[in-house]
Amino acid sequence: MKPSAFDYHAPRDVGEALEILAATAPHGKVLAGGQSLIPLLNMRLAAPAHLVDINRVPELDTIEAGGAGVRVGALARHAAVERSDSAARAQPLLRTALRHVAHPVIRNRGTVVGSLVHADPSAEMPAVLVVLGGSVRLARHGGGERDVPAADFFTGPMESAAEPGELAVSAFFPALTPRTGTAFAEVARRHGDYAVAGVAAVVSLDDDLRIRSARVACVSVGPRPAPLDVTEECGGRPAATVDWPSVARAVSLRVDPGDDIHATAGYRRHLTGVLAERALRVAAGEAADG
Amino acid sequence: MGEKLHEIRLTVNGVPRETRVPGRRLLSDCLRHDLGLTGTHVGCEHGVCGCCTVLLDGEPVRSCLTFAVTVDGREITTVEGLREPDGSLSPVQRAFSESHALQCGFCTPGFLCTVTALLRDNPAPSDDEVVEGISGNLCRCTGYQNIVKAVHRASELMGEAEGRS
Ligand SMILES: Cc1cc2nc3c(=O)[nH]c(=O)nc-3n(C[C@H](O)[C@H](O)[C@H](O)COP(=O)(O)OP(=O)(O)OC[C@H]3O[C@@H](n4cnc5c(N)ncnc54)[C@H](O)[C@@H]3O)c2cc1C
Ligand code: FES
Ligand code: FES
Repeated sequence: MKPSAFDYHAPRDVGEALEILAATAPHGKVLAGGQSLIPLLNMRLAAPAHLVDINRVPELDTIEAGGAGVRVGALARHAAVERSDSAARAQPLLRTALRHVAHPVIRNRGTVVGSLVHADPSAEMPAVLVVLGGSVRLARHGGGERDVPAADFFTGPMESAAEPGELAVSAFFPALTPRTGTAFAEVARRHGDYAVAGVAAVVSLDDDLRIRSARVACVSVGPRPAPLDVTEECGGRPAATVDWPSVARAVSLRVDPGDDIHATAGYRRHLTGVLAERALRVAAGEAADG
Repeated sequence: MGEKLHEIRLTVNGVPRETRVPGRRLLSDCLRHDLGLTGTHVGCEHGVCGCCTVLLDGEPVRSCLTFAVTVDGREITTVEGLREPDGSLSPVQRAFSESHALQCGFCTPGFLCTVTALLRDNPAPSDDEVVEGISGNLCRCTGYQNIVKAVHRASELMGEAEGRS
């Protein structure tokens, strides 16, 4: 099928984009990579009256990696962030997780920020933002900018805190700190498909190599990626003696999966446990090396 | 009142083209209907099958998930533009033909564009890299064995042409 008609706007800078979004709200939609929005338009599941195409706003095409973390602009494509060595050095989980996001050809157009705003519970990048405790920067015409922490940004399936008239200008992924490791594990029916289940993990050790903190965020097992803290379940032990299977079981009992054509809720819960154990072990191993 | 049309300029297979399109015109439809280049196939129109893959400034993208107006001013290569300057088949096209990597040919334009870019970035990919590289393209009749073989064969042909052994 084909999209229904809309007024097309191609602003040249952020100020102009915000003006158009303000003038057309709530009937305007931002077009970034189009890899989620255009399928919805083609199937006429969405029919906005105005489309604000940000592809000609070069100031949004940025990836800034520094000591504190990585700030990804709204036009940075998945492929560009995946390729960025400075981003991978600052926060290796970005590259690790991006390799699971769709197929390489889709990653050439899709943006990291678009993926966050789209807020698909089966998407990888929302879980990454949540487990790292990152944030999304939103701007509106005449209203300045606000930073929304990941824990508040994802409000439901395909729903984020970005309001009509707002543009997500960037997202911030905090850097890897010393003695900390990250990992991502998922099962998809075909590499690049949306995950049947997936787990992002971050583990930090203290100076005696005991678990100081352990967190996961799970994909495809609830309305939104929720951060799960399993530090207590690790019992402050050294990584080598943690009872990982029981920590993983605790994770699988705290998620809330549903049934669909791809998998039953029970299978998704089981997979989440298996993947949580895998991801936590790898993250703990990386933490010990780091 | 008609729908507003936008004047766009594209360089398609090296040739400057101009056309007028509504904002909602997909690049795939612009190529096929406005510019008469029907080599780009359309299967699903939601990004899943990969038939409509073309090169945008050399990078493979889904033309069904791109509006023509968005890429105003850019360079597009379609399957019609993959052949060698002398008109003969490119190494990737030759390898697909020699390895029986197509039957009905519906999926082939997308595979050829995807694989052309894959081998440019990674001239000698491993089996796993080939499978990941083509994971976004579906073929409903040939099966993937011969397609994977063709990618390796194309890599050989390109190596021979460049004097790699
Ligand atoms: C075949 C296929 C497989 C895929 N598999 C996966 C997968 O496994 N995992 C995965 O995570 N994703 C997958 N995707 C989706 C892909 O990652 C998208 O690129 C991503 O979800 C959306 O990014 P985009 O830049 O394309 O956004 P768009 O499609 O342009 O926009 C998506 C939504 O976000 C809004 N939006 C985008 N940017 C902004 C902004 N800056 N400010 C405000 N609103 C904004 C839009 O208005 C729209 O509602 C797949 C897509 C396809 C076609
Ligand atoms: S037609 Fe574009 S991916 Fe299927
Ligand atoms: S050759 Fe028929 S679909 Fe691939």
